[in-house]
Amino acid sequence: MNNSNQEYLDYIEKNSPKSKLWRNMLLAFLVGGGICTIGQGIGDIYEKVWGLNEESVKNAVPITMIFLGALFTGFNLYHKLAKFAGAGTLVPITGFANAVVSPAIEFKKEGYVLGVAAKMFTIAGPVLVYGINAAIAVGMLGYLMGY
Amino acid sequence: MIMDYVNAFWVGGLICVVAQILIDKTKMTPARILTSFVVAGVVLGSFGIYDKLIDFAGAGATVPIVGFGNTLVKGVMKGIREEGFLGVFTGGIGAAAGGIAASIFFGFLASVIFNAKQK
Repeated sequence: MNNSNQEYLDYIEKNSPKSKLWRNMLLAFLVGGGICTIGQGIGDIYEKVWGLNEESVKNAVPITMIFLGALFTGFNLYHKLAKFAGAGTLVPITGFANAVVSPAIEFKKEGYVLGVAAKMFTIAGPVLVYGINAAIAVGMLGYLMGY
Repeated sequence: MIMDYVNAFWVGGLICVVAQILIDKTKMTPARILTSFVVAGVVLGSFGIYDKLIDFAGAGATVPIVGFGNTLVKGVMKGIREEGFLGVFTGGIGAAAGGIAASIFFGFLASVIFNAKQK
């Protein structure tokens, strides 16, 4: 009796992290895929209903998604979705907006300069620094190689 | 039309799954995930690989932050074509201007309107 209990506990111990990973992966897939599908829908509305050209749609979709990400973060809804969707809410551009808005609101009490404006870039800053520098490095290499 | 949505869903979902595995298996922080995904987008974009994924998956490839890295590097390439070496500096942020400006503007606006929830 005791023995089988212990075996059961061992079984749980051995398997739960794995099943938790699968659960997290599934939720990230469904929510992340869902957010991208919403982006696809917004792009189709801009292109097919409003008649925006392709270049404008490329700009309008991220701007809209960032607006929605900021709005949902403000209403504390993005945080709730992120709790179970993990990377599904982090990786889409809405997650970048969340990473900007969330510390900005949290540090509002420290003022609009060193609170809001500075803390806004806690996560967005590194993303911009490495993204922009990587692109410049690639550009310099390409230029030197005669692109 | 329907396939556009199906492909956006599964490709976008799968990119998020890669990040989820990294979070669970390597304990990478969200900041590191976002940073490395943007750099990955720059690398994939510089070989033109990412554009092929965008052709196939649409928003499934542009909405994940990897697409932001691709936008930066494609902008740099376009900048070089149009204005030579100076384009290395002006092209990237130029192409990503909409997203960067929107993040700063809506981010600031949201922080003025909303207050932190008591935990």
